[in-house]
Amino acid sequence: MHSFKNIFDTHSWADTLNSIRNKTEADVQRALQNPKRDLEDFKALISPAAQPFLEEMAQASKAQTQKRFGNTIQMYAPMYLSNECQNICTYCGFSLTNKIPRKTLTDAEISQEVSFLKSKGYNHILLVTGEANKTVGVEYIKNAIRLIQSEIANITIEVQPLEKEEYEQLIGEGLYAVLVYQETYHREEYKKHHPKGKKSNFDYRLDTPDRLGKAGVHKIGLGALFGLEDWRADSFFTALHLRYLQKTYWKTKYSISFPRLRPHSGGLEPKVAMTDSDLAQLICAFRLLDEDVELSLSTRESETFRDHIIHFGITSISAESKTNPGGYTVEKESLEQFEISDNRSTEEISKMLSSKGFEVVWKDWHHFNPAN
Amino acid sequence: MSILKIADKEFHSRLFTGTGKFSSSQQMEKSLLASESELITVALKRVDPENEQDDILKHLAHPHIHLLPNTSGVRTAKEAVFAAQLSREALGTNWVKLEIHPDPKYLLPDPIETLKAAEELVKLGFVVMPYIHADPVLCKRLEDVGAQCVMPLGAPIGSNKGLKTIEFLDIIIAQSNVPVIVDAGIGSPSHAAHAMEIGADAVLVNTAIAVSQNPVAMAEAFKWAVKAGRMAYEAKLAPVKAHAEASSPLTQFLS
Repeated sequence: MHSFKNIFDTHSWADTLNSIRNKTEADVQRALQNPKRDLEDFKALISPAAQPFLEEMAQASKAQTQKRFGNTIQMYAPMYLSNECQNICTYCGFSLTNKIPRKTLTDAEISQEVSFLKSKGYNHILLVTGEANKTVGVEYIKNAIRLIQSEIANITIEVQPLEKEEYEQLIGEGLYAVLVYQETYHREEYKKHHPKGKKSNFDYRLDTPDRLGKAGVHKIGLGALFGLEDWRADSFFTALHLRYLQKTYWKTKYSISFPRLRPHSGGLEPKVAMTDSDLAQLICAFRLLDEDVELSLSTRESETFRDHIIHFGITSISAESKTNPGGYTVEKESLEQFEISDNRSTEEISKMLSSKGFEVVWKDWHHFNPAN
Repeated sequence: MSILKIADKEFHSRLFTGTGKFSSSQQMEKSLLASESELITVALKRVDPENEQDDILKHLAHPHIHLLPNTSGVRTAKEAVFAAQLSREALGTNWVKLEIHPDPKYLLPDPIETLKAAEELVKLGFVVMPYIHADPVLCKRLEDVGAQCVMPLGAPIGSNKGLKTIEFLDIIIAQSNVPVIVDAGIGSPSHAAHAMEIGADAVLVNTAIAVSQNPVAMAEAFKWAVKAGRMAYEAKLAPVKAHAEASSPLTQFLS
C-alpha cells in the first residue's frame, strides 16, 4: 500500500534544515535557470541565499502563473458549520480547553448561510468544522453537502481526517476537494501543539492525503501552519508531500495554502517568525517548483499584502470571511477560529481584482452526478 | 553511476539490447558482449527451447546476461498471456517484454490490449515490461496495474529516427514511479545519450547495432553513449541561459 510515511521517515528534520541553510547563490541561480526544477532547487529557492533574488523569482513566478492560469483569480468563501471540538490545539480558538459556548448549525441555518454567500456571488464554498465526532461526524457533513449541493457548484471541506470509505461516500454526494494541513511536519513539535484528542495522532494525519487519493477525490489541499516551527523545513516537507502525491494519485489536483498564525481567543505567539518577504519568497518557490499547483491565500493576510501578492502566483483567494459558525447571518458573535486581517467586502475585492487586470472566476466546476 | 533496479534484479548497464537482425549468431554474440548489456530481449517465436543447440539461446548463455522473452507476433491480450506462460515454462523466467502489435507494417503497439494483458500477467506473477506509445496516461495506468517499468517508444520501431516523442517522454519521466526505458527508434549513440540525459532509466537498442556496418564497434559506442548520458543526468546539466526581460518591479512593497 502506498503511504507517504515511508518516504517521510527517510528524511530527518535537522538534515533538511541544514541542507536548506547551506544552499549558495550558485545553487539559487542554477535553480532559477533549471526548466525542470526538483526538490533540491526548491530548497535553494526557499533558502536565505535566495533572498536577494526575490524580484527575479517574482517575475518568473508571475510569468509562469500567467502561462498556465491566465489573468484569473478564483473566489471562494469559508463557511464554518461548527466550532465544537474534542481536540486540544494550542493555536486554535476552537480548542477543547477554551471555555466558550459552542455552536453547530442546524439545517435551516446552513441554508440561510449558503443563501447569503450565494447572493454575494460565491459558488465555491469551503465547509469547516472542528472535530466532534458525535455531533459533527461523517453523517452531519454528508447531510450538509446534500443540503447545499444543488446550489453550490464546488464544495470543499476542511474537517477532521476521515477513513477512505467515508471520503468515498462524501465524494458520491458531490464533494470536490478536501483540505488537510499537517500543521507541522516536525513530529515532536506537533505533539506539543496537539496534546489531546484524535488529532494528536501525527501519523494518521500524515497519511490522510493517501486515503483521499485512494478515494479518488478531485483535489487535495496541503499546507503547514507557519509559526509553529521553521517555515523553510515545513515547506520542504509540504513540497515533498506534494510531489509524492502527484506521482501516486495522478488523477487528483493539488493546492497549497499558506496560513500564518493569527491572533485568536487564548492565543499562541509564533515560535518562528515568518515575514512578508519570507511568505512572498515561499509563494514564488512553490510556483517555480510546480506550474500546475493551485496556490491559495486567505483573509488571514493584510490588505496591502494581498493586493500585491496576487500578482506572484496566487490562483484563489477568499473575501469577507467569517471564521465562526453562523458568522455571516445566523449568529454573528459566536466563537471564531481566528481573527481575519483583510476585512474588505466581496464587492471591494472583486473590484480590486478587476482594476488590476484579473478576471474574477466564481464558478469553475460542475458536479456531474449520473445518479441525480 | 547508480544501479538500476527492476523488480528483484539489479543492472549495472543501462543499455538493454535485442537479438534480431544480426547477420550471424556469432556476430550477435560478439556485439552483445561488447555492449555489456545485461538484459537482452529475444522473440519467443524465434527460439526453440527444446533444442539445446538452439542458435540464439546457445549464444546468449553468459552468466551476466538475463533473458527477456518478448511476445512479438501476438495480436491480442489473450495471445500475449498465452505466449508469456509458454515462455515462463520454456525459458524459466517470469520476465516478459509485452509487445502487442496487431499492425504488421509499423509494428505499433495496441494500447488497449497491452493494458489488459499487463493487468492479467501481473496477477499471474510476471515481471511485465510493456512496449507502448509515449502516452503519459497509459504509462500511469500500466503503473497502476503493477507493471514494473514502462517502455515508451522514441519513434516507430526500426526507424532509427531518434527521440521524436521527446515532449511526451519528458512528461512520462517526470510522472513515473517505475523505471522508464526508451524502446524503439533510437538510431545512434547520440540519441541514446540524449534519452539518458533527459532522465530515462535505460534504453533498449537493437536495429541500430545489428544493422550497422560494424555491429561490434557500434555496440561498444552505444555502451559509452548510455554511460555518458546517465553520468550527465546524475551530475545535473548546466542550465541553458534564458535572457531576462526588464519589467516593473513586483517586490518593492516589501521594502
